[in-house]
Amino acid sequence: MATEASQPRARAPRPSIGVLEWLRQNLFSNWWNTLLSIVLLFLVFQALSGLLRWVVTTEGWIGVTSNVRLLLVGRYPPDQIWRPELVVGLIAVLLGLSGGAWRGIPLVLAVGFSVAMAVLGLLSLALPPDQVQPVFSTRLFLFGVAALTALGLAAAWRGGSRLRWPLVAGWILLYPVAVLILRGVGEATIGTNLWGGLMLTMILAISGIVLSFPLGVLLALGRRSNLPVIKWFCVAYIELIRGVPLVTVLFMASLMLPLFLPAEVRVDAVVRAIVAVTLFSAAYLAENVRGGLQAIPRGQVEAARALGLNVVQTTLLITLPQALRAVIPVLVGQFIALFKDTSLVVIIGLMDLLGAAQAIYTQPQWLGIPGGVWRETFFVVAGIYWIFSFTMSRTARQIETNLNVGKL
Amino acid sequence: MHRTNSSNDDIIICENVNKWYGEYHALRDVNLRVKRGEVVVICGPSGSGKSTFIRTINRLEEHQEGRIIVDGIEMTNDIRNIDAIRRETGMVFQQFNLFPHLTVLQNITLAPIWVRKQTRAESEKRALELLERVGIREQANKYPGQLSGGQQQRVAIARALAMSPRIMLFDEPTSALDPEMIKEVLDVMRELAHSGMTMLCVTHEMGFAREVADRVVFMDRGQIVEENTPELFFENPRHERTKLFLSQIL
Repeated sequence: MATEASQPRARAPRPSIGVLEWLRQNLFSNWWNTLLSIVLLFLVFQALSGLLRWVVTTEGWIGVTSNVRLLLVGRYPPDQIWRPELVVGLIAVLLGLSGGAWRGIPLVLAVGFSVAMAVLGLLSLALPPDQVQPVFSTRLFLFGVAALTALGLAAAWRGGSRLRWPLVAGWILLYPVAVLILRGVGEATIGTNLWGGLMLTMILAISGIVLSFPLGVLLALGRRSNLPVIKWFCVAYIELIRGVPLVTVLFMASLMLPLFLPAEVRVDAVVRAIVAVTLFSAAYLAENVRGGLQAIPRGQVEAARALGLNVVQTTLLITLPQALRAVIPVLVGQFIALFKDTSLVVIIGLMDLLGAAQAIYTQPQWLGIPGGVWRETFFVVAGIYWIFSFTMSRTARQIETNLNVGKL
Repeated sequence: MHRTNSSNDDIIICENVNKWYGEYHALRDVNLRVKRGEVVVICGPSGSGKSTFIRTINRLEEHQEGRIIVDGIEMTNDIRNIDAIRRETGMVFQQFNLFPHLTVLQNITLAPIWVRKQTRAESEKRALELLERVGIREQANKYPGQLSGGQQQRVAIARALAMSPRIMLFDEPTSALDPEMIKEVLDVMRELAHSGMTMLCVTHEMGFAREVADRVVFMDRGQIVEENTPELFFENPRHERTKLFLSQIL
């Protein structure tokens, strides 16, 4: 029996149905589905139109628009506002240069940041001047940051790959430099008790992520160690921390710790919060990384050892890179959780983004507004949290896709 | 590092090697001497301890009794001796065990750069020569996952050779391969044998053993039952167990 050779076809046949046919098949196939669809459509319509009406008609937005500074930097002295602005400016330049030097993900982030700042600048034009304080510098600042990012991009567009190592150093140096700028030097330091708003949230989250990562990896490696003392210390630490809520760790760090330390040693409240968040996050991170390490086939270690690589080289070059790649989604999920969990520092008296929201809606001048301004304030704060979390999540997805190139 | 001065022609000396997994006696008084440049094929039914034995030679498995001396270095618990032996021996695994996060070229240059402290340029030059030798130079910048099984195993051989080992250990190098890819790997091994490399191969490829091996060793239940030249081994096996094994696989 001879089979006829059939020609290869470029693509599988694509079943296509029209919109109406899809609707009929999926939403109105019988009287019961039809009824359900109509009721649900009605409910969705009600909810959306109600939300839209509220967004347009409510007076409460004034609570947010007249407190932008409180949301962004808390009670940071208004005459020193150039300090956080300078830091944002530095970030803009670094981001722009990185976008030009690496393209890919940094490019998307840089363009997104620049556009967002320009849009915010345009929005601020729409506000009545008395709510944008001081009018000139705020608008100039927003457009300036957008322009700085774009300039950085342009500057590094050609031959920017030479800038990569200096840029890595720049990002690492940014952290201490930013802290120095925000705190000031000499007589006129600005105490961290005045730091707040989104600025404080970002500082807590970034510090927590950057510090808990190496600590978590070390704990994960320690837990797999052959040395009993190290192993049991790590197990005890991880299980202890994972067994208690973050709030208790924050309380321990802020209230109990000073009792154990000599009276002369006073640890800054923000530093204590960072330590608590870091210690807490590291325990969870350790378990996630351990999961990744366990997924590495034994043959990988055997091949590395057979080639003569020692234990440290095998870990750093073979197992850890593979383990970390495998757990990127989990780690980012954890970092997003950490970012949002920093809102718990309200409990120990710090005024982060959420604390600023609370401070706004309890201001006495909103008593005249029916219902107050709390809905609008939390709406905006939730939006800010969402923007950052969503950006992190999408960035991670993209990194994952890039790393998967050429994998099994 | 402790080098014993028994260096006649024997590059691998195993004396009364014993190993247990818990209660299970995996290797029983294994004695084997391999000469420089010799190609020895180890065969035997599954579970006979042949893989375990070959893995004791570079300490992927620890033996509990007996002596193993590789190129004059006695295998002790001293990590320096173990590392020295591992630098002298290359190993090829059944499952290839290439590093999936590194390109073919990076897989090969990793150990020369980090263990032999070669520069990137010289290790890459040598890696490309080796890839040429195993016939897949054009795959240098791909990842292992993009290659066929036969190509992966050839990369694994190149990776082992990049450390310029004096001994190559093969642990069932063709068992995980599709039939049409076995030949390309065996061709590389054959070429390697003719170049004078000392080779110890655990394999079921009896054609390869007959053609290339200087000596065939038959293991069963953790013991060496019989060893002989391929001609005598295949034509005239002495032990019942060897005869049974050969009748099953030939």
